[in-house]
Amino acid sequence: MAELVAVIASTHHPFYYRASTSTGEDRPPFADEWVRKVEAFRETLTRARPDVLVMVGSDHFHQLWLDNMPQFLVGKAPFYDANFYNEEREFGLPRMVFSGQEELSAYILREGLDAGFDLAFSNELRIDHSITCPIITLRPQNDLPIVPVYTNIFAPPLPQPKRFVQLGRTIRELVESWPSGQRVAVIGTGHLSLELGGPRQFGPHGPDPEFDRRAVEWISTGDLEGCLSEVTLDSLWEPGNATHGFMDFMLMMGVAGEGKKADYVDTYDLFHTMEAYFTWYPNGGDGS
Amino acid sequence: MSKYLLNKFLFTVDRDPELVERYREEPRATVEMWEAEYANRILGCHTGESSTWLRFDDVEREALAAHDYPKLFELGAHPFLTLTLFIAMFERDHPPLGFQKEYARRLSHMSLPYPDIAT
Repeated sequence: MAELVAVIASTHHPFYYRASTSTGEDRPPFADEWVRKVEAFRETLTRARPDVLVMVGSDHFHQLWLDNMPQFLVGKAPFYDANFYNEEREFGLPRMVFSGQEELSAYILREGLDAGFDLAFSNELRIDHSITCPIITLRPQNDLPIVPVYTNIFAPPLPQPKRFVQLGRTIRELVESWPSGQRVAVIGTGHLSLELGGPRQFGPHGPDPEFDRRAVEWISTGDLEGCLSEVTLDSLWEPGNATHGFMDFMLMMGVAGEGKKADYVDTYDLFHTMEAYFTWYPNGGDGS
Repeated sequence: MSKYLLNKFLFTVDRDPELVERYREEPRATVEMWEAEYANRILGCHTGESSTWLRFDDVEREALAAHDYPKLFELGAHPFLTLTLFIAMFERDHPPLGFQKEYARRLSHMSLPYPDIAT
Protein backbone atom coordinates (compact mmCIF):
# COMPACT_ATOMS: atom_id res chain seq x y z
CA MET A 1 0.00 0.00 0.00
CA ALA A 2 0.99 3.62 -0.42
CA GLU A 3 2.55 5.37 2.53
CA LEU A 4 1.39 8.72 3.88
CA VAL A 5 4.76 10.33 4.57
CA ALA A 6 3.76 13.89 5.45
CA VAL A 7 0.67 15.94 6.20
CA ILE A 8 1.16 19.65 5.67
CA ALA A 9 -1.22 22.51 6.38
CA SER A 10 -0.37 26.05 5.40
CA THR A 11 -1.79 29.43 4.67
CA HIS A 12 -1.53 30.39 1.01
CA HIS A 13 -0.36 33.94 0.62
CA PRO A 14 -0.43 35.09 -3.01
CA PHE A 15 2.02 37.91 -2.29
CA TYR A 16 4.86 35.57 -1.27
CA TYR A 17 6.08 35.01 -4.82
CA ARG A 18 6.44 38.71 -5.57
CA ALA A 19 7.88 39.53 -2.13
CA SER A 20 10.45 36.75 -2.29
CA THR A 21 11.62 37.51 -5.83
CA SER A 22 11.71 41.30 -5.63
CA THR A 23 14.98 43.16 -5.17
CA GLY A 24 16.27 46.58 -4.18
CA GLU A 25 13.67 49.21 -3.34
CA ASP A 26 10.86 46.87 -4.38
CA ARG A 27 11.74 44.28 -1.75
CA PRO A 28 9.50 44.68 1.29
CA PRO A 29 11.17 44.78 4.72
CA PHE A 30 9.46 41.57 5.85
CA ALA A 31 10.63 39.54 2.83
CA ASP A 32 13.94 38.15 4.13
CA GLU A 33 12.45 36.71 7.31
CA TRP A 34 9.49 35.35 5.34
CA VAL A 35 11.83 33.56 2.92
CA ARG A 36 13.80 32.12 5.82
CA LYS A 37 10.64 30.72 7.40
CA VAL A 38 9.34 29.32 4.13
CA GLU A 39 12.63 27.62 3.34
CA ALA A 40 12.65 25.98 6.78
CA PHE A 41 9.07 24.85 6.19
CA ARG A 42 10.02 23.53 2.76
CA GLU A 43 12.63 21.29 4.35
CA THR A 44 9.87 19.49 6.28
CA LEU A 45 8.42 18.29 2.98
CA THR A 46 11.78 17.58 1.35
CA ARG A 47 12.88 15.26 4.15
CA ALA A 48 9.72 13.14 3.71
CA ARG A 49 10.84 12.28 0.14
CA PRO A 50 7.34 12.19 -1.39
CA ASP A 51 6.56 10.76 -4.82
CA VAL A 52 3.05 12.20 -5.11
CA LEU A 53 1.33 15.29 -3.70
CA VAL A 54 -2.39 15.44 -2.91
CA MET A 55 -3.11 19.16 -2.97
CA VAL A 56 -6.16 20.49 -1.14
CA GLY A 57 -7.24 24.01 -2.01
CA SER A 58 -10.19 26.10 -3.10
CA ASP A 59 -10.90 27.75 -6.42
CA HIS A 60 -11.39 31.51 -5.99
CA PHE A 61 -14.06 31.96 -8.68
CA HIS A 62 -11.66 31.18 -11.46
CA GLN A 63 -12.88 28.08 -13.27
CA LEU A 64 -15.69 27.12 -10.90
CA TRP A 65 -18.70 29.39 -11.02
CA LEU A 66 -22.12 29.83 -9.47
CA ASP A 67 -23.98 28.24 -12.39
CA ASN A 68 -22.42 24.88 -11.58
CA MET A 69 -20.72 24.91 -8.18
CA PRO A 70 -19.35 21.71 -6.66
CA GLN A 71 -18.81 21.40 -2.91
CA PHE A 72 -15.89 18.96 -3.17
CA LEU A 73 -14.14 18.26 -6.45
CA VAL A 74 -11.21 16.03 -7.42
CA GLY A 75 -9.14 16.70 -10.51
CA LYS A 76 -8.40 13.73 -12.73
CA ALA A 77 -6.22 14.75 -15.62
CA PRO A 78 -2.72 14.06 -16.95
CA PHE A 79 -1.82 17.76 -16.70
CA TYR A 80 -3.06 20.88 -14.98
CA ASP A 81 -2.35 24.35 -16.25
CA ALA A 82 -2.26 26.85 -13.47
CA ASN A 83 -2.78 30.46 -12.46
CA PHE A 84 -5.13 32.87 -14.14
CA TYR A 85 -4.86 36.26 -15.79
CA ASN A 86 -6.21 38.09 -12.74
CA GLU A 87 -3.65 36.34 -10.51
CA GLU A 88 -0.85 37.45 -12.82
CA ARG A 89 -2.32 40.93 -12.77
CA GLU A 90 -2.81 41.31 -9.03
CA PHE A 91 -0.11 39.09 -7.53
CA GLY A 92 2.47 38.72 -10.28
CA LEU A 93 2.09 34.93 -10.20
CA PRO A 94 3.64 33.00 -13.11
CA ARG A 95 1.80 30.61 -15.39
CA MET A 96 2.62 27.03 -14.43
CA VAL A 97 1.93 23.46 -15.58
CA PHE A 98 1.67 20.41 -13.32
CA SER A 99 1.59 16.74 -14.11
CA GLY A 100 -1.28 14.73 -12.66
CA GLN A 101 -1.31 11.37 -10.85
CA GLU A 102 -4.42 10.02 -12.55
CA GLU A 103 -4.37 6.60 -10.90
CA LEU A 104 -4.61 8.13 -7.45
CA SER A 105 -7.26 10.59 -8.67
CA ALA A 106 -9.33 7.68 -10.01
CA TYR A 107 -8.85 5.74 -6.78
CA ILE A 108 -9.91 8.66 -4.59
CA LEU A 109 -12.97 9.30 -6.78
CA ARG A 110 -14.16 5.69 -6.90
CA GLU A 111 -13.44 4.85 -3.30
CA GLY A 112 -14.53 8.27 -2.06
CA LEU A 113 -17.91 7.86 -3.76
CA ASP A 114 -18.26 4.44 -2.18
CA ALA A 115 -17.29 5.87 1.21
CA GLY A 116 -20.16 8.36 1.15
CA PHE A 117 -18.66 11.47 -0.47
CA ASP A 118 -20.43 12.41 -3.70
CA LEU A 119 -17.32 13.94 -5.16
CA ALA A 120 -17.46 16.01 -8.32
CA PHE A 121 -14.64 15.59 -10.78
CA SER A 122 -12.91 17.53 -13.52
CA ASN A 123 -10.92 16.18 -16.46
CA GLU A 124 -9.72 19.64 -17.46
CA LEU A 125 -8.94 21.77 -14.46
CA ARG A 126 -6.91 24.93 -14.39
CA ILE A 127 -5.77 25.39 -10.84
CA ASP A 128 -5.29 28.64 -8.98
CA HIS A 129 -3.12 30.14 -6.27
CA SER A 130 -4.61 28.02 -3.47
CA ILE A 131 -2.55 25.17 -4.94
CA THR A 132 0.19 27.00 -6.81
CA CYS A 133 1.23 29.02 -3.74
CA PRO A 134 2.15 25.93 -1.71
CA ILE A 135 4.01 24.47 -4.69
CA ILE A 136 5.97 27.73 -4.94
CA THR A 137 6.75 27.68 -1.22
CA LEU A 138 7.17 23.94 -0.60
CA ARG A 139 8.25 22.39 -3.90
CA PRO A 140 9.39 25.14 -6.24
CA GLN A 141 11.05 22.67 -8.59
CA ASN A 142 7.50 21.42 -9.35
CA ASP A 143 8.74 17.92 -10.15
CA LEU A 144 6.02 15.75 -8.59
CA PRO A 145 2.64 14.67 -9.94
CA ILE A 146 -0.37 15.99 -8.07
CA VAL A 147 -3.98 15.18 -7.28
CA PRO A 148 -5.90 18.43 -6.80
CA VAL A 149 -8.83 18.43 -4.37
CA TYR A 150 -11.00 21.53 -4.30
CA THR A 151 -13.36 22.49 -1.51
CA ASN A 152 -16.03 25.17 -1.49
CA ILE A 153 -15.14 27.65 1.25
CA PHE A 154 -16.30 30.56 -0.83
CA ALA A 155 -19.82 30.40 -2.21
CA PRO A 156 -22.63 29.76 0.32
CA PRO A 157 -24.27 27.40 1.04
CA LEU A 158 -21.09 25.71 2.27
CA PRO A 159 -20.65 22.24 3.73
CA GLN A 160 -20.48 22.10 7.52
CA PRO A 161 -17.04 22.18 9.23
CA LYS A 162 -17.43 18.59 10.38
CA ARG A 163 -17.79 17.57 6.75
CA PHE A 164 -14.37 19.00 5.97
CA VAL A 165 -12.92 17.00 8.87
CA GLN A 166 -14.66 13.84 7.64
CA LEU A 167 -13.30 14.37 4.14
CA GLY A 168 -9.81 14.74 5.58
CA ARG A 169 -10.17 11.46 7.45
CA THR A 170 -11.43 9.79 4.30
CA ILE A 171 -8.58 11.13 2.18
CA ARG A 172 -6.15 9.68 4.68
CA GLU A 173 -7.87 6.27 4.60
CA LEU A 174 -7.86 6.29 0.82
CA VAL A 175 -4.21 7.30 0.51
CA GLU A 176 -3.22 4.57 2.95
CA SER A 177 -5.30 1.94 1.15
CA TRP A 178 -4.14 2.90 -2.36
CA PRO A 179 -2.53 -0.22 -3.82
CA SER A 180 0.75 1.38 -4.78
CA GLY A 181 4.25 1.62 -3.44
CA GLN A 182 4.25 5.41 -3.69
CA ARG A 183 5.11 7.84 -0.93
CA VAL A 184 2.29 10.38 -0.66
CA ALA A 185 2.21 13.78 1.02
CA VAL A 186 -1.10 15.55 1.56
CA ILE A 187 -0.79 19.32 1.49
CA GLY A 188 -3.71 21.64 2.16
CA THR A 189 -3.95 25.39 2.36
CA GLY A 190 -6.46 27.74 3.88
CA HIS A 191 -6.57 30.82 6.01
CA LEU A 192 -6.65 31.94 9.60
CA SER A 193 -8.73 35.07 10.21
CA LEU A 194 -9.07 36.99 6.97
CA GLU A 195 -11.17 39.83 5.61
CA LEU A 196 -11.45 40.49 1.89
CA GLY A 197 -13.55 43.29 0.47
CA GLY A 198 -14.76 44.40 3.90
CA PRO A 199 -14.00 47.15 6.44
CA ARG A 200 -11.41 45.10 8.35
CA GLN A 201 -9.22 44.27 5.35
CA PHE A 202 -5.51 45.12 4.99
CA GLY A 203 -4.94 46.13 8.60
CA PRO A 204 -1.56 45.89 10.36
CA HIS A 205 -2.38 42.31 11.43
CA GLY A 206 -5.02 39.74 10.61
CA PRO A 207 -8.50 40.97 11.50
CA ASP A 208 -8.75 38.78 14.63
CA PRO A 209 -5.42 37.96 16.32
CA GLU A 210 -7.22 36.18 19.17
CA PHE A 211 -8.91 33.81 16.73
CA ASP A 212 -5.54 33.24 15.08
CA ARG A 213 -3.95 32.37 18.42
CA ARG A 214 -6.65 29.86 19.21
CA ALA A 215 -6.62 28.42 15.71
CA VAL A 216 -2.88 27.81 15.86
CA GLU A 217 -3.40 26.08 19.22
CA TRP A 218 -6.17 23.84 17.82
CA ILE A 219 -4.11 22.87 14.80
CA SER A 220 -0.76 22.38 16.50
CA THR A 221 -2.27 20.18 19.22
CA GLY A 222 -4.69 18.36 16.90
CA ASP A 223 -7.58 19.52 19.07
CA LEU A 224 -10.36 18.62 16.67
CA GLU A 225 -12.90 18.20 19.43
CA GLY A 226 -12.29 21.69 20.78
CA CYS A 227 -12.18 23.19 17.32
CA LEU A 228 -15.42 21.52 16.21
CA SER A 229 -17.15 22.54 19.42
CA GLU A 230 -16.53 26.22 18.71
CA VAL A 231 -16.34 26.63 14.95
CA THR A 232 -19.58 26.85 12.99
CA LEU A 233 -20.51 28.26 9.61
CA ASP A 234 -22.02 31.23 11.45
CA SER A 235 -19.15 31.77 13.87
CA LEU A 236 -16.58 31.98 11.08
CA TRP A 237 -17.99 35.30 9.91
CA GLU A 238 -16.88 36.93 13.17
CA PRO A 239 -13.08 36.74 12.75
CA GLY A 240 -13.31 38.04 9.16
CA ASN A 241 -15.53 37.58 6.14
CA ALA A 242 -13.10 35.22 4.35
CA THR A 243 -12.33 33.08 7.40
CA HIS A 244 -14.30 30.11 6.09
CA GLY A 245 -11.01 29.19 4.45
CA PHE A 246 -10.09 27.94 7.92
CA MET A 247 -12.19 24.87 7.14
CA ASP A 248 -9.41 23.68 4.84
CA PHE A 249 -7.16 23.67 7.93
CA MET A 250 -9.85 21.61 9.66
CA LEU A 251 -9.79 19.18 6.74
CA MET A 252 -6.05 18.83 7.20
CA MET A 253 -6.54 18.20 10.94
CA GLY A 254 -8.81 15.39 9.83
CA VAL A 255 -6.00 14.00 7.68
CA ALA A 256 -3.52 14.29 10.55
CA GLY A 257 -5.86 12.74 13.11
CA GLU A 258 -7.55 13.62 16.40
CA GLY A 259 -5.07 14.55 19.10
CA LYS A 260 -2.06 14.41 16.80
CA LYS A 261 0.38 17.13 17.68
CA ALA A 262 2.07 18.74 14.72
CA ASP A 263 5.75 17.91 14.41
CA TYR A 264 6.53 21.36 13.01
CA VAL A 265 4.77 24.63 13.77
CA ASP A 266 5.68 28.13 12.68
CA THR A 267 3.81 31.40 12.23
CA TYR A 268 4.59 34.83 10.83
CA ASP A 269 2.54 37.87 11.68
CA LEU A 270 2.17 39.95 8.54
CA PHE A 271 -0.05 42.87 7.64
CA HIS A 272 -3.53 41.75 6.56
CA THR A 273 -3.15 38.13 7.72
CA MET A 274 -1.06 35.75 9.78
CA GLU A 275 0.96 33.08 8.06
CA ALA A 276 0.88 29.62 9.66
CA TYR A 277 2.82 26.47 8.77
CA PHE A 278 2.27 22.94 10.16
CA THR A 279 3.75 19.54 9.35
CA TRP A 280 2.88 16.12 10.73
CA TYR A 281 4.86 12.93 10.08
CA PRO A 282 2.41 10.03 10.49
CA ASN A 283 5.24 7.51 10.72
CA GLY A 284 7.81 9.57 12.54
CA GLY A 285 9.36 11.32 9.58
CA ASP A 286 12.54 9.32 9.52
CA GLY A 287 12.47 9.20 5.73
CA SER A 288 12.57 5.42 5.73
CA MET B 1 -32.95 41.65 -7.02
CA SER B 2 -30.19 39.33 -8.17
CA LYS B 3 -26.99 38.92 -6.21
CA TYR B 4 -26.18 36.23 -8.72
CA LEU B 5 -26.29 38.66 -11.64
CA LEU B 6 -24.19 41.25 -9.80
CA ASN B 7 -21.63 38.53 -9.17
CA LYS B 8 -21.83 37.42 -12.78
CA PHE B 9 -21.02 40.93 -13.93
CA LEU B 10 -18.05 41.21 -11.57
CA PHE B 11 -16.82 37.71 -12.50
CA THR B 12 -17.04 38.06 -16.25
CA VAL B 13 -15.58 41.56 -16.37
CA ASP B 14 -12.73 40.72 -13.99
CA ARG B 15 -11.49 37.83 -16.13
CA ASP B 16 -11.42 39.87 -19.36
CA PRO B 17 -8.63 42.49 -19.65
CA GLU B 18 -10.51 44.47 -22.29
CA LEU B 19 -13.72 44.61 -20.24
CA VAL B 20 -11.78 45.67 -17.15
CA GLU B 21 -10.51 48.73 -19.03
CA ARG B 22 -13.87 49.50 -20.59
CA TYR B 23 -15.57 49.33 -17.21
CA ARG B 24 -12.94 51.60 -15.67
CA GLU B 25 -13.24 54.24 -18.40
CA GLU B 26 -16.94 54.06 -19.29
CA PRO B 27 -18.78 52.37 -16.46
CA ARG B 28 -22.33 53.33 -17.39
CA ALA B 29 -21.99 52.38 -21.04
CA THR B 30 -20.23 49.15 -20.12
CA VAL B 31 -22.98 48.13 -17.72
CA GLU B 32 -25.61 48.80 -20.39
CA MET B 33 -23.67 46.84 -22.99
CA TRP B 34 -23.04 43.98 -20.58
CA GLU B 35 -26.67 43.70 -19.54
CA ALA B 36 -27.72 43.58 -23.21
CA GLU B 37 -25.04 41.21 -24.47
CA TYR B 38 -23.64 39.18 -21.58
CA ALA B 39 -26.17 38.96 -18.76
CA ASN B 40 -28.06 35.99 -20.17
CA ARG B 41 -25.12 34.00 -21.51
CA ILE B 42 -24.73 30.64 -19.82
CA LEU B 43 -20.98 30.32 -19.60
CA GLY B 44 -20.88 26.61 -20.45
CA CYS B 45 -23.35 26.85 -23.37
CA HIS B 46 -23.20 28.44 -26.81
CA THR B 47 -25.02 31.71 -27.33
CA GLY B 48 -28.01 30.05 -29.03
CA GLU B 49 -28.86 28.54 -25.67
CA SER B 50 -28.71 31.64 -23.51
CA SER B 51 -31.09 32.36 -20.67
CA THR B 52 -34.02 34.71 -21.17
CA TRP B 53 -34.78 36.15 -17.75
CA LEU B 54 -31.76 37.81 -16.16
CA ARG B 55 -31.75 41.58 -15.61
CA PHE B 56 -30.58 44.07 -13.00
CA ASP B 57 -32.99 46.08 -10.93
CA ASP B 58 -32.49 49.85 -10.94
CA VAL B 59 -30.53 49.94 -7.68
CA GLU B 60 -28.12 47.25 -8.84
CA ARG B 61 -27.62 48.83 -12.24
CA GLU B 62 -26.90 52.22 -10.69
CA ALA B 63 -24.45 50.77 -8.14
CA LEU B 64 -22.45 49.20 -10.94
CA ALA B 65 -22.69 52.24 -13.22
CA ALA B 66 -21.48 54.51 -10.40
CA HIS B 67 -18.56 52.25 -9.40
CA ASP B 68 -20.22 52.31 -5.98
CA TYR B 69 -18.48 49.43 -4.26
CA PRO B 70 -19.84 50.22 -0.77
CA LYS B 71 -23.32 49.87 -2.26
CA LEU B 72 -22.37 46.58 -3.90
CA PHE B 73 -21.26 45.34 -0.47
CA GLU B 74 -24.61 46.39 1.01
CA LEU B 75 -26.44 44.57 -1.78
CA GLY B 76 -24.67 41.33 -0.96
CA ALA B 77 -22.38 41.11 -3.97
CA HIS B 78 -19.54 38.70 -3.24
CA PRO B 79 -16.85 40.83 -1.52
CA PHE B 80 -13.98 38.91 -3.10
CA LEU B 81 -15.25 39.54 -6.61
CA THR B 82 -15.87 43.22 -5.95
CA LEU B 83 -12.48 43.72 -4.32
CA THR B 84 -10.55 41.94 -7.03
CA LEU B 85 -12.13 43.87 -9.88
CA PHE B 86 -11.89 47.25 -8.19
CA ILE B 87 -8.23 46.66 -7.32
CA ALA B 88 -7.67 45.89 -11.00
CA MET B 89 -9.26 49.18 -11.99
CA PHE B 90 -8.07 51.60 -9.34
CA GLU B 91 -5.01 50.32 -7.47
CA ARG B 92 -2.89 51.98 -10.16
CA ASP B 93 -4.10 55.43 -9.08
CA HIS B 94 -2.87 55.09 -5.49
CA PRO B 95 0.35 54.45 -3.55
CA PRO B 96 0.98 50.80 -2.55
CA LEU B 97 -1.99 49.48 -0.51
CA GLY B 98 -3.53 52.96 -0.62
CA PHE B 99 -6.59 51.84 -2.54
CA GLN B 100 -7.12 48.78 -0.36
CA LYS B 101 -7.06 50.94 2.78
CA GLU B 102 -9.37 53.55 1.28
CA TYR B 103 -11.71 50.71 0.33
CA ALA B 104 -11.78 49.57 3.95
CA ARG B 105 -12.41 53.14 5.15
CA ARG B 106 -15.34 53.56 2.79
CA LEU B 107 -16.89 50.40 4.27
CA SER B 108 -16.18 51.37 7.87
CA HIS B 109 -19.86 52.07 8.58
CA MET B 110 -20.61 48.37 8.06
CA SER B 111 -20.71 46.12 11.10
CA LEU B 112 -21.48 42.46 11.74
CA PRO B 113 -23.52 40.74 10.61
CA TYR B 114 -22.56 41.77 7.10
CA PRO B 115 -25.14 41.54 4.33
CA ASP B 116 -25.92 37.99 3.29
CA ILE B 117 -23.89 36.91 0.23
CA ALA B 118 -25.67 33.61 -0.36
CA THR B 119 -27.01 33.33 -3.88
